[in-house]
Amino acid sequence: MTRTADVVIIGGGIHGCSTALHLALRGLKPILIEKDYAGRHASGVNAGGVRQLARDLHEIPLSISSMDIWERIEELVGDDCGFESHGTVLVAESEAELAGFRERVDDLNLRGFGHEELIDAAELRRLVPAVSDRCPGGVVSRRDGAADPFRTTQAFRRRAVEKGAEVVEGVTVTGLSRNGATWQVETSAGIFEAPKIVNAAGAWADRIAAMLGEPVPLAVVAPMLMVTSRLPAFIQPVVILRGRKLSFKQLGNGTVVIGGGHLATPWRDSNETVLDWHKLAISARTVWELFPAMHEATVVRAWAGIEAYMPDGIPVVGRSSTSEGVFHQFGFSTHGFQLGPGTGAVMAELIATGSTNTPIDGLRIERFSTKDP
Amino acid sequence: MIAAADLASSYELVIIGGGPAGLAAAALAARAGVSTVLFDENPGVGGQIYRAITSTPVADRAVLGQDYWDGAALADEAKASGALIVNGATVWSLDRQRLVGVSVGGKARMIEADRVIIATGSQERPFPIPGWTLPGVMTAGAAQTALKAQGLVVDGRTVMAGSGPLLWLLAAQTLRAGGTIDAILDTTPRRNWLQAMFHLPDFALSPYFAKGLALLREVRAKVPVHRVDTMEAVGNDRVREVVFSGAGGTRRLPVDLLLLHQGVVPNVNLANAAGVAHVWNDRQLCFVPVLDADFGSSVPGIAVAGDGAGIAGGTAAAERGRIAAIAAVRALKPDAVVPDTQAIRQRLQREEMGRAFLDWLNRPADSFRMPEGDTIACRCEEVTAKQVRDTAKMGCEGPNQMKAFLRCGMGPCQGRLCGLTVTELIAAERKTSPDEVGYYRLRPPVKPITLAELASLPISEAERKAVER
Amino acid sequence: MFKRLAEKGPAIAITVDGRKVTARVGDTVAAALLAAGIDHCRTTPVTGAPRAPYCLMGVCFDCLVTVDGVGSRQGCLIPVREGMKVETQLGRREAGR
Ligand SMILES: Cc1cc2nc3c(=O)[nH]c(=O)nc-3n(C[C@H](O)[C@@H](O)[C@H](O)COP(=O)(O)OP(=O)(O)OC[C@H]3O[C@@H](n4cnc5c(N)ncnc54)[C@H](O)[C@@H]3O)c2cc1C
Ligand SMILES: Cc1cc2nc3c(=O)[nH]c(=O)nc-3n(C[C@H](O)[C@H](O)[C@H](O)COP(=O)(O)OP(=O)(O)OC[C@H]3O[C@@H](n4cnc5c(N)ncnc54)[C@H](O)[C@@H]3O)c2cc1C
Ligand code: FES
Repeated sequence: MTRTADVVIIGGGIHGCSTALHLALRGLKPILIEKDYAGRHASGVNAGGVRQLARDLHEIPLSISSMDIWERIEELVGDDCGFESHGTVLVAESEAELAGFRERVDDLNLRGFGHEELIDAAELRRLVPAVSDRCPGGVVSRRDGAADPFRTTQAFRRRAVEKGAEVVEGVTVTGLSRNGATWQVETSAGIFEAPKIVNAAGAWADRIAAMLGEPVPLAVVAPMLMVTSRLPAFIQPVVILRGRKLSFKQLGNGTVVIGGGHLATPWRDSNETVLDWHKLAISARTVWELFPAMHEATVVRAWAGIEAYMPDGIPVVGRSSTSEGVFHQFGFSTHGFQLGPGTGAVMAELIATGSTNTPIDGLRIERFSTKDP
Repeated sequence: MIAAADLASSYELVIIGGGPAGLAAAALAARAGVSTVLFDENPGVGGQIYRAITSTPVADRAVLGQDYWDGAALADEAKASGALIVNGATVWSLDRQRLVGVSVGGKARMIEADRVIIATGSQERPFPIPGWTLPGVMTAGAAQTALKAQGLVVDGRTVMAGSGPLLWLLAAQTLRAGGTIDAILDTTPRRNWLQAMFHLPDFALSPYFAKGLALLREVRAKVPVHRVDTMEAVGNDRVREVVFSGAGGTRRLPVDLLLLHQGVVPNVNLANAAGVAHVWNDRQLCFVPVLDADFGSSVPGIAVAGDGAGIAGGTAAAERGRIAAIAAVRALKPDAVVPDTQAIRQRLQREEMGRAFLDWLNRPADSFRMPEGDTIACRCEEVTAKQVRDTAKMGCEGPNQMKAFLRCGMGPCQGRLCGLTVTELIAAERKTSPDEVGYYRLRPPVKPITLAELASLPISEAERKAVER
Repeated sequence: MFKRLAEKGPAIAITVDGRKVTARVGDTVAAALLAAGIDHCRTTPVTGAPRAPYCLMGVCFDCLVTVDGVGSRQGCLIPVREGMKVETQLGRREAGR
């Protein structure tokens, strides 16, 4: 039996679920197809950092529109998603690094973006008293924060269903073909039909693109995280470093999440990752040096999530270059959680109205096609 | 004492766990010329059954019984075999590439292995009754461990409760050691006999039959035994009373120590984290690894032997260890001389013969596995049965999603004391099978390690080069 | 809760929250506490409830104590050493905001 919808969304991460919700809010009927369960992959296991800080110029507009949604997330999805805003601080470990940060902030200001703010050693100490004394300053983005990733993705999924979307889990999309203006989506549970398709398949999105004759240079990566046992509260903002890979955050329950981009080995066909403990040891040493308060901590769990990484580190958002009615929303390159709420809204606008005011031209898939200059 | 620095960066065979399975495997493999290391987190070898076999202060051999002392030969054999035996060594990671993360004396090392035998044994099944987290409530196995390893015997008003051969063994050992037991609360459901009877003929032929009867007689002569259907530990800061009901109505007994036991189940954490496939075993009501005839798992090069492969007892554990070791030797040193597997398999079969009877007889009642209301399911994060049930009703389909909603299984014990309960509760609420629901996906480190330990991992070649550049 | 079968073997002096406790060779930290009649070793980080060793075999983590300044160690796996400083843990005070 073939099932029909206005839009078939492939992938139940934060992006697919957000797009489903925003489409439903616009009165369309989306069916979201997810091969495992919503939030099983990157969207459910990421570090939860909701950060505008240190973003590529091309994705700043999406990041800003997302931030507006994060700040009223409960209104939208009926759950506060554990979102708390204590800012993100990028710590400079040397004067030279701080000089580089200053240039970046000046450039952003010239372009009219004021969310990143340079801070001196005194303000750094005020915001992050636990950080080691050697650090001369940094950059803060004060509206940033963190949320609970799985809860957020589930909240979007739940609200989307309440608003009329259908979510089909445990079903894999295996092929795409076109019949006039209608797309036929072949799956492990039969055929679905819709005039429009969204490819939000995360680290598997290149396979969907390939079905459309649109190969993309997507690299499958697996950033690692580890979490400690509960510690006395000692730090509020999310802290990130530039030179040495580190992101660092204490949750309300006292546990500390340590990440920063060291990679595990991904096996995307079996949903598995193999951790690299030597690299986690590097993170442990960095934390040890920077945060004396952590010397007693124990690591209780480490894991990795399977994520899509594009060569230029920014996502693919917009229309397919080969296939009418198909839209791409993938390749978030290890920082797409914050972008979920806003990107879904922009996607829904693009699908429902044919255009969007949010500038996303820099994120088009054409940038990877060899024909395109 | 062997230190982390004394370890090589790779061994042909790494064995994790120094109970009968690990010891037998180590002895066999090392004697066949395989470079073998055995890690066990306890201060001495022996595992659970032969706990502290080389150091126990219990001098009167009658107290622990001959079955215990049989372990000494295994320990000697392993020691003499040339295998490197490292105690106080906690294995916190194993992956499908057979990289073993181990900590010894506060220092961590990553060790490469051509083959791995997981021999991490069993643990007691979670026994979630109201009040089971109160100080003064312990497992029967804990009391037995204290007796074997430290010569501590129960003191004050003591009640033992539950089901299974180990409970009776501990009771007998306690009495022989001069301890007193106020009562035994037997939770074995009467109707279990119906299923178990079919398997009585096999059991009657197994070595456990005569031993079991003798134990029962020995204990019943000295301790009142009550059949109970419900049980609760009551107290504020510690347990003060145990309240139970059975055919004779509700009763209360004052206690200083309440010892719980509901059989043992495989300790699956390390195998699960390494990616070994598991299935639900409905007779033993637990997950067991999927294994071939040589105890090889779904991950190439990794075997699971002993009670970790499904409960069969200490003697069977040793035979399983030998079979797994022979497979490892054959793969690593095809020319080496190994014992005849046929004879070992026959002995194993004899050992396993009576198992069905014991499993069916001691299958705990639903109410002792799937609690209700405010009874704590997850001890670490203090999540109640009601919370788990309600979340399942709300639509939560599996334990991994449950973690995100309630944090159950996210504390330091990593689900060891709530995993089976949470799976069964979800299955009950969603009217499906535990196999469908599945188990927690476990993440390394399977045992917490300090940041300092992790930071102590030797700097890798690549990392050193990156710094020099 | 427990008594020693025989007060044999060399004594080992440790302190528990500053109080002197006599342990024996072969004791783990958890066993030494139980033998000394100390019936709880920590409170939980979630509700502050008291806990004592439950399994004595390394699976339950209820025996967590601070040993020589390092927190959250499994008392049932660590052998006592002469002069060892053991502290019971207050879970709730240590965690959360
Ligand atoms: C508390 C308890 C008491 C028992 N007492 C008896 C008894 O008296 N008589 C009887 O017949 N049966 C007893 N059993 C049943 C037991 O399962 C035996 O059948 C037997 O001990 C199983 O042997 P094994 O080699 O499979 O594992 P075990 O004997 O359980 O040995 C496993 C070993 O692995 C170690 N280990 C586990 N994880 C790690 C890790 N990550 N890193 C390093 N080391 C690790 C453990 O410390 C342990 O020493 C007991 C079980 C339990 C749980
Ligand atoms: C460890 C880690 C930490 C991170 N930290 C942060 C952070 O702090 N802040 C931040 O902003 N970002 C962070 N990220 C990045 C962020 O998690 C991702 O960019 C984001 O979740 C991507 O969302 P998605 O919906 O595109 O992908 P996913 O969540 O991967 O969802 C895609 C879904 O598509 C499904 N799918 C794929 N193929 C098919 C098919 N053929 N049929 C059906 N379904 C299919 C998959 O099963 C998957 O569930 C982190 C990522 C990781 C891994
Ligand atoms: S008493 Fe259970 S882990 Fe120590």
